[in-house]
Amino acid sequence: MVRKMNMLEIKDLKVKVENKLVLDGINLSLKGKESYIMFGPNGSGKTSLISAIMGIPPYEVISGKIMFMGEDITEKSVEERSKLGISVSFQHPPEITGVKLSDLLKLCLGKESEDEFSEEDRKLIEAFKLTDFLDRDINVGFSGGERKRAEVLQMIFLKPKLLLLDEPDSGVDVESLKLIASEIQRYIENTGSSALIITHKGDILEYIKAKYACVLFKSIIYCFADPKHIYENIKRRGYEECVNCQDRVTEGW
Amino acid sequence: MVKKNELTSVPHKILEEAYKVGIDLSEENRSGTLLHVDQNTIYSKVNEFFKGKIEIMDTKEALQKYPWLSDYRWKLIDKEKDKFAKKVAEDFSGGYFMRILPNAEVTFPLQSCLMIMKRDLEQRVHNIIIAEEGSKAHIITGCVQHSAADKATHLGVSEIYVKKGAMLNFTMIHNWSEETLVRPRSATLIEDKGTFVSNYICLKPVKDVQMYPVALCNGEDSKVSFNSILYGHKNSSLDIGSKAVLNGKGSKAEMITRTIAREGASIFARGRMEGNNSECKGHLECRGLIVDEESFIQAVPELIARKRGAELTHEAAVGKISEKEIVYLMTRKLSRDQAVSIIIRGFMDVGIMGLPESINEEVNRIVDLVAEAS
Repeated sequence: MVRKMNMLEIKDLKVKVENKLVLDGINLSLKGKESYIMFGPNGSGKTSLISAIMGIPPYEVISGKIMFMGEDITEKSVEERSKLGISVSFQHPPEITGVKLSDLLKLCLGKESEDEFSEEDRKLIEAFKLTDFLDRDINVGFSGGERKRAEVLQMIFLKPKLLLLDEPDSGVDVESLKLIASEIQRYIENTGSSALIITHKGDILEYIKAKYACVLFKSIIYCFADPKHIYENIKRRGYEECVNCQDRVTEGW
Repeated sequence: MVKKNELTSVPHKILEEAYKVGIDLSEENRSGTLLHVDQNTIYSKVNEFFKGKIEIMDTKEALQKYPWLSDYRWKLIDKEKDKFAKKVAEDFSGGYFMRILPNAEVTFPLQSCLMIMKRDLEQRVHNIIIAEEGSKAHIITGCVQHSAADKATHLGVSEIYVKKGAMLNFTMIHNWSEETLVRPRSATLIEDKGTFVSNYICLKPVKDVQMYPVALCNGEDSKVSFNSILYGHKNSSLDIGSKAVLNGKGSKAEMITRTIAREGASIFARGRMEGNNSECKGHLECRGLIVDEESFIQAVPELIARKRGAELTHEAAVGKISEKEIVYLMTRKLSRDQAVSIIIRGFMDVGIMGLPESINEEVNRIVDLVAEAS
């Protein structure tokens, strides 16, 4: 029997940033075709992990391996990884003067700036309430919710196989959160892709159907269990005690 | 050179240079045209359709025709301001006079070109623009030095009047040479509800330009915007500023400057806003990209408030292209080179200025060059 290939396989990953070790031997296997939630306190290395998967500097892999769909991507450039189907939604995307949201959306769709959006594209832009922002410089003067909506829409236009979402629920109004999360869920269901979602809060679990969540704490990934269950535990006991609990579940790894 | 009646009878070598600074040679999409070469205006014409809406002629001719024009000459700029103004006051070869008549809405731009063809010439011009009450117009003016005249001086005094409720969009394109000394002296007076947009583009190497145009927002709700795109290269020395004096109640100013320095260029990008009314507002933005180790950019923003309610802000940033922006675009399936090009293109985005096609082509060419150098 052929063993089914994991979508993402991270082995003993050590990452440093400006000479500081931020991830010290991470192991993670994701089978794919579903959404995974990752909890973890501030500074536990969640953003470092996502950045390392995407290949974003200054996060530098010093040892270990990242395999995506059976291919070793540890040494690949950001561009190559994005072309392989990995996409990231930034927690703090940069503002780029003179580059319009419409330009960026067209790039994501693989269109030239002279090309028009299709009817379908326009509908989705409207659903994301971004039609009025098309001619604005990307992220310049955007509110938290507007930034996140623009990030997630770009991501969907890129048609990725793996969506990396860094706190899509932070600094977002309730309505935007519902919109973003429902669209992510719909995309995942329709395309059979996967998502790794970093969050501090439980609100997003209302809209994203995730079977498994894990906790990243001091460079170690704990648990693989029902997200709501883990979230309740963290809320009740805090991270430290949560990861020290005895009923550790590893099903789903 | 004798004055020509048709643009087609102007020597080809002159037209070729004029085209490079945005002059539409077909005149189809322009309301009027004036060409001043060396010491003479060799062509001036108002398109048939715009007769009765605009006037365009040599300043000397206009001073003869309209005695009242002396009320507009040397009223915004002091003859004694500096030695350059003094020289123009002593003697000048003409210049352009443009007047947009009351309530005229001019759909196509007026265009003018000031050209130097003679080597070692000191060109002295005095330009006067009057946008009468309620009028709306665009002006594109190109200053160019013919490649045969490698060394020269250009002294230009410009006085611009934007009257009540008028809107004037003024774009100046400089195309000098590596041996030209350039000293424009400009001032604009803006009356109640008047709007003045000044766009300045300098993309070609020049020995030395120093200018600091002033906008006097004296009118209630008067507005000024200064947009400048400066590409300094081949040891060019650019000292470009703009100054807004906000005297009127509700007056507003906006300044946007983008500079790129390479190949030993030195750029001073100055901006000064003076808030003299308790209800005035201004914002100044200056960004500079430095592409190599030989060049220099200094941003000098100055905000002066003399009344408690004045609201003046600025942001300035100089340095290299942000790595974060490059990587961000690379996560959108772009290569590093593509990402750099897009950022520089955005940085030099002059879409708002509505520039002539020939200038947009030049901007695109520079974007590619700078992207390569980065």
